[in-house]
Amino acid sequence: MKEYTYTEKKDTRSGFGDGLLELGRTNPNVVGLCADLVGSLKMGAFQKEFPERFFQVGIAEANMIGLAAGMTIGGKIPFTGTFANFSTGRVYDQIRQSVAYSGKNVKICASHAGLTLGEDGATHQILEDIGMMKMLPGMTVINPCDYNQTKAATLAIAEHEGPVYLRFGRPVVPIFTPANQKFEIGKAVMLNEGTDVSIIATGHLVWKAILAGKILADKGISAEIINIHTIKPLDNDAVLQSVAKTGCVVTAEEHNRIGGLGDSVAQVLAINKPAPQEYVAVNDTFGESATPDELMEKYGLTENDIVAAAERAISRK
Amino acid sequence: MNNENPHNQSITELKQTAAQVRRDIVRMVHAVNSGHPGGSLGCTDYFVSLYFRVMNYSKEFTIDGKNEDIFFLSNGHISPVWYSVLARAGFFDVKELATFRKLNSRLQGHPTTHEGLPGVRIASGSLGQGLSAAVGAAQTKKLNKDNNLVYVLMGDGELEEGQIWEAAMYAAHHKVDNIIATVDRNGQQIDGSTEEVMSLGDLQAKFEAFGWHVLEADGNNFELLLPALENAKAATGKGKPVLILMNTEMGFGVDYMMGSHKWHGVAPNDEQLEIALQQLAVDVASDY
Repeated sequence: MKEYTYTEKKDTRSGFGDGLLELGRTNPNVVGLCADLVGSLKMGAFQKEFPERFFQVGIAEANMIGLAAGMTIGGKIPFTGTFANFSTGRVYDQIRQSVAYSGKNVKICASHAGLTLGEDGATHQILEDIGMMKMLPGMTVINPCDYNQTKAATLAIAEHEGPVYLRFGRPVVPIFTPANQKFEIGKAVMLNEGTDVSIIATGHLVWKAILAGKILADKGISAEIINIHTIKPLDNDAVLQSVAKTGCVVTAEEHNRIGGLGDSVAQVLAINKPAPQEYVAVNDTFGESATPDELMEKYGLTENDIVAAAERAISRK
Repeated sequence: MNNENPHNQSITELKQTAAQVRRDIVRMVHAVNSGHPGGSLGCTDYFVSLYFRVMNYSKEFTIDGKNEDIFFLSNGHISPVWYSVLARAGFFDVKELATFRKLNSRLQGHPTTHEGLPGVRIASGSLGQGLSAAVGAAQTKKLNKDNNLVYVLMGDGELEEGQIWEAAMYAAHHKVDNIIATVDRNGQQIDGSTEEVMSLGDLQAKFEAFGWHVLEADGNNFELLLPALENAKAATGKGKPVLILMNTEMGFGVDYMMGSHKWHGVAPNDEQLEIALQQLAVDVASDY
């Protein structure tokens, strides 16, 4: 098992905020919109340095999406910021018609995704957003795993023409991917080559997959670990090549098991080369108030859950 | 900056163009036995005024619409009038009007950019979204130091959507004063009159309370509508977004369709079409 270490933990939302600030300095067409959550989205530095390119929308997310779609007309590249819940479910029809169907170059940037939002509870813990966004034709869906990757993703989506959903979170998590990495949309990242089981993870679950890989290695099981930061378009080749080698797969995500990364992987496998698959995901339920760690434990999203799922998958080969 | 209209028609010419557009509308919806003639006929004089006299634009369409006036239709169901006016104004061949609502057409039931139809910059149909898009485009014009204007048309029933008021609040707060929004105040929606279904009340007072400069206009009389549109232009650039409450009659020009919500989304039959075309006479008909 390849060694992964970290010296610092940081929230992925800060990667977004720092990426946006850098974009402000390098791309004059980038504009920011926020629905009364500047601090939570880490958009304050951009707002301060580029006040003429920052638009406070107030608590009016539907209008924010519509404004962003309109701002693209004339060449701006709008980055909208609010919580993942208010970035997707609340404004699905606005995204569908004004952004996706209209083919607008809007970057929907969503923080506090999933259970790790913590104590605010289920009203704010969206677990369906990846599903909703990936069902929209033409939408790119990205869920990076740490601060460095989120910053790199933020920079990369400005260069990508078309609507993007960028999902990140609130808790501090280990920074284990390289600084100043090149972010290739739609390209899986191989973290560890293995032969017994493929662990395909996204977002906060990537680090947990690495921890699981170490536990499995101690048990004599060789896990291949793949970081899928882009859920749509999915790197089908990476999935198929890995599973062709290992013969089974575990998918891991901080999302409902319905409609997320797991289903995307299952679809690719079902069509091309079926293989045993186990899901590490929230089991079609809402979350609740507690600390992020307590929630990840209760809802089955820890490294131990990944290990158990890997053993189940292997047993089904 | 573009400061001329490519047609600049006289009132006599505008009336002829409007009659031809109304002929197109009833023929288009009749041909596919679907579509929305009522609001289309009511707003014909407004569309013809914008595209043949008031808006300054280039017939060479670009999505970005830089340095020209641009138009958004929020109540997308009145697509027949917009398609006819776009074709008659030179954005595409009028023969294409025959493809309205048919398979593989660029003229979808509700307007969209998806098939690349010149003249359309965003999809509309699901109501309440067009004002936000227009306000966003107006802000981009300001960022681009582009002094042309953004026009947007909304239905009055559409004002029941909350997003409209989000956008109204935003536009005043951010002093988006390069936009002229118009409400088609025909007083009708699908289930009946607006006052029966969901009373809109005093729209002038409501928009003024939201911080807008509000004008009223008669939308079915060029002699009154053109000066109102000029007054609206003159009111831009003064720190407030501008709104025209435009009184129209649904179905205007076809007597049996006038004043009733029943022709919101119903097409005329063969016999009704003939009656309508007799009422919409033009000096030189050039039906597609």
